[in-house]
Amino acid sequence: MAMTSTELRSRSWWRSNQQWLTPWLFLTPGLIMFALYVVWPIFESFRISFYNWDGLGEKRWLGWGNYVELFGDRAFKTSLRNNVIWLLLYMLAVPIGLGLAIFLNQTVRGIRIYKSLFFFPFVISQVVVGLMFSWFYAPNFGLLYNLIEWVTGKGIAILADPTLATYGIIAAGLWPQIAYCMILYLTGLNNVAPDQIEAARLDGAKGLKMLWFVILPQLRPATFIAVVVTVIGALRSFDLVSIMTNGGPFGSSRVLSYYMYEQALSEYGYRMGYGAAIAVVLFLIMMVFISGFIWKMMRDERGDR
Amino acid sequence: MMQLTKSAPLALAIALLATTSAMAQQRTLNYYADYDPIPLAAMEALIADFEAENPDIDVVLQNFDHEGYKTAIRNFLTTDAPDVANWYAGNRMAPFVNSGQFMDVSDVWADNGLADSLGSALASMTIDGKQWGVPYTYYQWGIYYNKDVYAQVGAEVPTTYDEFVANCALFKAAGIDCLTTGTSALWPGAGIFDYMNLRTNGYDFHMALTNGEVEWTSQGVRDTFAQWARLVEPGYITANHAAIDWQDAAALMVQGKAANYVMGNFAVGVLKEGGMTDDTLGFMPFPTINPDVPRAEEAPTDTMHIPSGATNVEDAKTFLAFVARADVQTKLNAAIGQLPMNAGSSVGDDPFIQAGFELLSTTPGGIAQFFDRDAPAEMAKIGMEGFQEFMVIPGNLDDILARLEQARQRIYQ
Repeated sequence: MAMTSTELRSRSWWRSNQQWLTPWLFLTPGLIMFALYVVWPIFESFRISFYNWDGLGEKRWLGWGNYVELFGDRAFKTSLRNNVIWLLLYMLAVPIGLGLAIFLNQTVRGIRIYKSLFFFPFVISQVVVGLMFSWFYAPNFGLLYNLIEWVTGKGIAILADPTLATYGIIAAGLWPQIAYCMILYLTGLNNVAPDQIEAARLDGAKGLKMLWFVILPQLRPATFIAVVVTVIGALRSFDLVSIMTNGGPFGSSRVLSYYMYEQALSEYGYRMGYGAAIAVVLFLIMMVFISGFIWKMMRDERGDR
Repeated sequence: MMQLTKSAPLALAIALLATTSAMAQQRTLNYYADYDPIPLAAMEALIADFEAENPDIDVVLQNFDHEGYKTAIRNFLTTDAPDVANWYAGNRMAPFVNSGQFMDVSDVWADNGLADSLGSALASMTIDGKQWGVPYTYYQWGIYYNKDVYAQVGAEVPTTYDEFVANCALFKAAGIDCLTTGTSALWPGAGIFDYMNLRTNGYDFHMALTNGEVEWTSQGVRDTFAQWARLVEPGYITANHAAIDWQDAAALMVQGKAANYVMGNFAVGVLKEGGMTDDTLGFMPFPTINPDVPRAEEAPTDTMHIPSGATNVEDAKTFLAFVARADVQTKLNAAIGQLPMNAGSSVGDDPFIQAGFELLSTTPGGIAQFFDRDAPAEMAKIGMEGFQEFMVIPGNLDDILARLEQARQRIYQ
């Protein structure tokens, strides 16, 4: 008798709270994972960045010591500068992707094959892209090296040149990134209202004017996503640097994420605290962009309602 | 036919089951290592011999990629430690010893009289008066050269550095790189620096420098770089070395596009695979720079250790004692083309191993490990970047040395 009454009570409690409880129950596994693998490590990184720690032995409290050292560290400045170059040049992927999308947005026989071919670089792994471009640039047998040698008489080994290495890597990174932006714009172009184009054409709009005033405003959601993925892609560039130059020659093509890895986790790196401090700086830079994006998204959502 | 292909996997599965049940009687010894193909085959033969002598032990070798191993080791030592792991002697093992990741194996040394048979490695295996691993091989560094190219330009094999530099002018005129290297992974450049430094200032200076006791801006270091500049400034060193691996540089020498290569003896395998023979490939000690400095050489030692997290310590110690034995080291090193550490071992017939043995056993000055094994990891990294930069932009020398000195003051405090 007592049992049935508790059972009844619990069932009625469930019934009355079901509405707000159910979504949380579904969210719980995801939230636990997110807290464990994303939120907690962020705070842990902040904590470790105040210590001097080799990852194995005793931790020693340093306070702001790691950050003070960062400000005098030339390798850090080089990495930061390279990150800015990455950010600026990587944005080229957006207009070039748009151009390609418009070029491919036509009905010709076999257009799907051309589209897939242009999309191809995004499908292959970044590691493979990095290897292909290192061979392309390689001194003595690389295609580009031999081409330059044939034209000018003296080959240029791009990845051995401290002033060119970063640009060489960015060029490799742009190849798949352009394909990605292109596919975003291609889907966007499918949704462009034909009646508006018709109307604009009747009003005499053509070429660039048509693009700027009629097409682009309708592509704004695609542009937004393209910019977001490109900015984030530029800031977290790591694999290409690691594959193509290992940050070299003498550290001139390092970016923040690679420098963090070098300091904390690589063969000669035993400085977890210093690596964590670099990670914190990179996190804060990313937060500027991410909060900007989130703010814009929330504003748009509110505006729609 | 169809029937056969269907039953084949089944038969294989049964066979596998049978072997695993037989192995259930044995104790497993997990061994993590980072061998290239040639030494891997030699080590598998060694393991087979060991298992024949100790039928109740099953050695499971997990082989890693050479460069990847160096970063993986810290993870597996703390999380999922094997019973035996490969590493290196000298300062390179200090972080693991000091943090208690390697086990004290002084008893293996004492019980097997290794202080006598492995006496030449005792110092580099000892920290705080205890031994932390067992060496199984070492190899000489020096200059490997292409005899055909020497004949082509009419150069004599040099014994002094002045002669070496004079030869470079001949090679340059013939469009051949006098000295090749590939510093994409940084460490090959450290080999050149070490020899310039050992020949200019000697062994004691090298040890003092890597121990952080000498300023990088001192006159001794500047003298070393001044000698090095005699090769860098006229462009005698392969131009794009910063973008190529050491194997790519070996290819340049095989193709006759480069004359000399400062390398370790492990390069011989690669050079011979590329088509060089004992008739075209030569070896010479690095030539004399300062005749008043006693000749010192570099011979890095490769070692095996027992991690503190090992589960089968007993058998791991049996394995280390086996690896330290004279006959075992003779066989292993003959197969991999390197030098056995054990004084009772005999050296293989290969002319390059013989030359290396001759070189090292007559060294009056002392035997160094290598820049990145004698110096702490952080200093090694910053230093090797500086060496690479110097070979690309020699004009930055003052800047490089100031940076290294700043790093020294921070790292060794």
